[in-house]
Amino acid sequence: MTSAPNSYENILELNDLQTSFFTKDLEVKAVDGVSFAIPKGKILGVVGESGSGKSITSLSILRLLKEPGKIVGGEIKFKGENLLDKSEANMRKIRGNEISMIFQEPMTSLNPTFTVGQQISEAYKIHQGLNKKQAKQRSVDMLKLVGIPSPEKRVNQYPHELSGGMRQRVMIAMALACNPELLIADEPTTALDVTIQAQILDLIKDLQERLGMGVLLITHDLGVVAETCDYVAVMYCGKVVEYTDTKTLFKDAKHPYTVGLMKSIPQHDQDIEGDLAVIRGSVPSPAEMPKGCRFAPRCPFATELCREKLPDLVTDEEGNQIRCWIYSDEWDGDPEVNVHAETERTTESY
Amino acid sequence: MSQSTEHIENTRTVIKPPNPRFKNWKIVYRKLKKNKSAMVGGFLILFLIIVAIIGPYFTPYAPSTQDILNKLQSPSADHWLGTDNFGRDIFSRIIHGTHLTLIVGFFSVLLGGAAGVLIGITAGYYGGRIDSILMRLMDILLAFPSILLALAIVTVLGGSLQNVIIAVAISSVPVFARIVRGSTLSVKKLEYIDAMRALGASDARIIFKHIFPNITSPIIVQATLNIATAILSASGLSFLGLGAQPPQPEWGAMLSDGRNFLYNAPHVALFPGLAIVLVVLAFNMLGDGLRDAFDPKTKE
Amino acid sequence: MFKFIIRRIIQTIPVLIGVSILVFSMMHLVPGDPAQIMAGESAPKEQVENIRERLGLNDPLPVQYFNYVKDAVQGDLGNSMRSGRDVTTEIGARFWVTLELAIYSTVLAVFVGLIVGVISATKRYSFADTSLMIIALFGLSMPNFWLGLMLIQWFAIGIDLPSWVPFINDTSWFKPSGWGSFAQVVLPVVTLGTASAAIIARMTRSSMLDVIDQDYIRTARAKGVKERVVIYRHALKNALIPVVTVVGLQFGGLLGGAVLTESVFAVNGMGKLIIDSIRARDFPVVQGTILVVALLFIFVNLAVDITYRYLNKRIDLD
Repeated sequence: MTSAPNSYENILELNDLQTSFFTKDLEVKAVDGVSFAIPKGKILGVVGESGSGKSITSLSILRLLKEPGKIVGGEIKFKGENLLDKSEANMRKIRGNEISMIFQEPMTSLNPTFTVGQQISEAYKIHQGLNKKQAKQRSVDMLKLVGIPSPEKRVNQYPHELSGGMRQRVMIAMALACNPELLIADEPTTALDVTIQAQILDLIKDLQERLGMGVLLITHDLGVVAETCDYVAVMYCGKVVEYTDTKTLFKDAKHPYTVGLMKSIPQHDQDIEGDLAVIRGSVPSPAEMPKGCRFAPRCPFATELCREKLPDLVTDEEGNQIRCWIYSDEWDGDPEVNVHAETERTTESY
Repeated sequence: MSQSTEHIENTRTVIKPPNPRFKNWKIVYRKLKKNKSAMVGGFLILFLIIVAIIGPYFTPYAPSTQDILNKLQSPSADHWLGTDNFGRDIFSRIIHGTHLTLIVGFFSVLLGGAAGVLIGITAGYYGGRIDSILMRLMDILLAFPSILLALAIVTVLGGSLQNVIIAVAISSVPVFARIVRGSTLSVKKLEYIDAMRALGASDARIIFKHIFPNITSPIIVQATLNIATAILSASGLSFLGLGAQPPQPEWGAMLSDGRNFLYNAPHVALFPGLAIVLVVLAFNMLGDGLRDAFDPKTKE
Repeated sequence: MFKFIIRRIIQTIPVLIGVSILVFSMMHLVPGDPAQIMAGESAPKEQVENIRERLGLNDPLPVQYFNYVKDAVQGDLGNSMRSGRDVTTEIGARFWVTLELAIYSTVLAVFVGLIVGVISATKRYSFADTSLMIIALFGLSMPNFWLGLMLIQWFAIGIDLPSWVPFINDTSWFKPSGWGSFAQVVLPVVTLGTASAAIIARMTRSSMLDVIDQDYIRTARAKGVKERVVIYRHALKNALIPVVTVVGLQFGGLLGGAVLTESVFAVNGMGKLIIDSIRARDFPVVQGTILVVALLFIFVNLAVDITYRYLNKRIDLD
């Protein structure tokens, strides 16, 4: 099956991934042609508001979507192989072993009826065939690695005996148990206290460097991206609107949506609603998706062209990608437009 | 799935008015109308009520007319559901017994429900000592399996349909009291109740104007489902000879007659039992549907 | 946990007192003179007086109650009016018969209920799910005494079916009455257990559906756990927590339902004893049996609460 083993540069590559939810008479395209890549051993941040499709993208990668969600097209290349071609049994061998995932809610993501040790051990038993005793020993080691004090005691405790930050560390320990090559972290710090957030992010970054794995970090918080990520993909309404390295993004964001997000870089304690109050309007509902650029109704620069036609994701010489008419030859608005200045003015008026 | 839809609701947090019950009734009704099983149950109940009221005028035979020559006959064109050991027409008796079953179900729940609601609201609203005393009393009643409690009460009061109603009513009081107390507690927590009190509204006014209307849905659901169990208990007591007395065409009592003729005339026990199943099924279907309809978690 | 058990036991004390008062007052709440009723309407004066003396009915009520409780604690529940034997002896073996009937029925109900519930939940909205839930709805809508009669009719008496149909035409498999042998046990247990099985199946289904949507189930799948293991290890263990409570309540319901089942199948247990004694106006036996059943029920509920607490370590009552 592996035609050219190890001939991949990117640990993960999404090509035109499409995931939809089917209701009785409606197909909601939650992920609508998403492409991005994570180079080996790098951290990619995927940023967007809730409803941008970022969480669905992450669940699609592990093929963990529930009915009525379905991947309808595209490719998910992990180590050069398309995960969509794998059997369910082969996917199971990958989950928790080569690709792991941690979730937003550490309070509800751990099974309340099993001890921490039992839950971490399970990964060792499934993927490495360890016996109970060995698995438990490795679990203790893992807890130590993620910085949980007195792991010998904690390993026998139930999730409800641990704090939120502690539980997220347990989630991380569980995810990293089998040394995965890719870690998907879906808003790993959103549900935690501000002080704990930084600790968890540091832990992820630290372990990522030590273990050399790739990380897909999903967040709505550009502050988190700035601190942690090598690359960023900004998503809006199921599409990537901008993809670049973190430095470039913070120096020279191009998409008006990204600029809007930057203007509203949050205090850490604010939630998404507060953060984005400066971008006028709200995310359109799937039923009334604009036919042109999805951001046009909220964009201060939108022209007739933007409202009528959806721009493509265009890659420049440096590999940065942008989906906006302003940077195309067809642009019909002010040729001298400055996205940074303009939004500043607009945001002030709101 | 939740991820795809949550943003639709999350973009703006709507502050709900404190008492959205009128809007809710409409939603409940719409949900209920879409629930086939509940509608079947509802129409069955309606049908049975009509049968109970006008059915007796149209039966081919009088319920107590004995015809010894034609006793224990199998179903035929003359006797659609056959005859019993006195030659009475089973079909006619079942029709004439319909109102007995419905009355026992409705009234025992009405009585037990009213008492339970009163106790539950009082306990939940006043809390403290009153609450613990009332709820301990309910615990005592709950310490008896309900049919046994009813049995004990009928033993004390004597066997009659009236006493069966009282007995079944009493045994259903604690169930209502517990549910109503729980709902009262959760409504009491709402801020506007505090506001009402700050405005100087009397306890009675708060209870009847503000708390009761907000806890009607669990009461309605419980009442509907409880009619089903009440009918089962009551017919059980009659089956044991502690309820309806002959020659009343009560279905449980008819079934009891039939048990002696299982060998040569099984239909005598079969049909009254089927009638009970039909009624209980109808109330259970409607009750299930109401519960789903009142549950804000189920989608329209 | 230990503290919880102690506190829970202390909480049952007022319930026990209340139950004993209720059972004690049964005889006194009966309209008319209990002694006269027990003796029969046409009984001679001396006989009535005799009964009154024997039962201590001349003492003031509190004294009577005190004596009743004092005796009851020592296992003396009075004497039967019919046989003259002590009530404890009358109950004796019948206690175990009813307990057996209730336990077998519970086991059957839990076994069938869990399997049906899990199948229904995992195959949600499928044909199997719909059919099983319709059957369950019928199951809990049937009066068990009627089901019992029908089972007797079909399996112990036999109905006219083509000769190739197994079981039903061979009526030697099941006996319509009595208790003890396998052939006698099956039908009453099925009769009594059906409604509970239906209730447990519905409960398990909805509980499983709740659990399957939880985040930790997704976590298990993300770990690479097999679907079967996800359902039976991760989901079921959590789904069982509310089911335990239902099972406890059902056990009480079964003790009550046993009255009817025993009557249908002529099983000589406590249920039949109560009914026979009610018919014979043998109050001491009625009281004693009801008291024993209530105590058993209280005890089972206590055990269920403790199990629930143990299973659901998240609830904190402090």
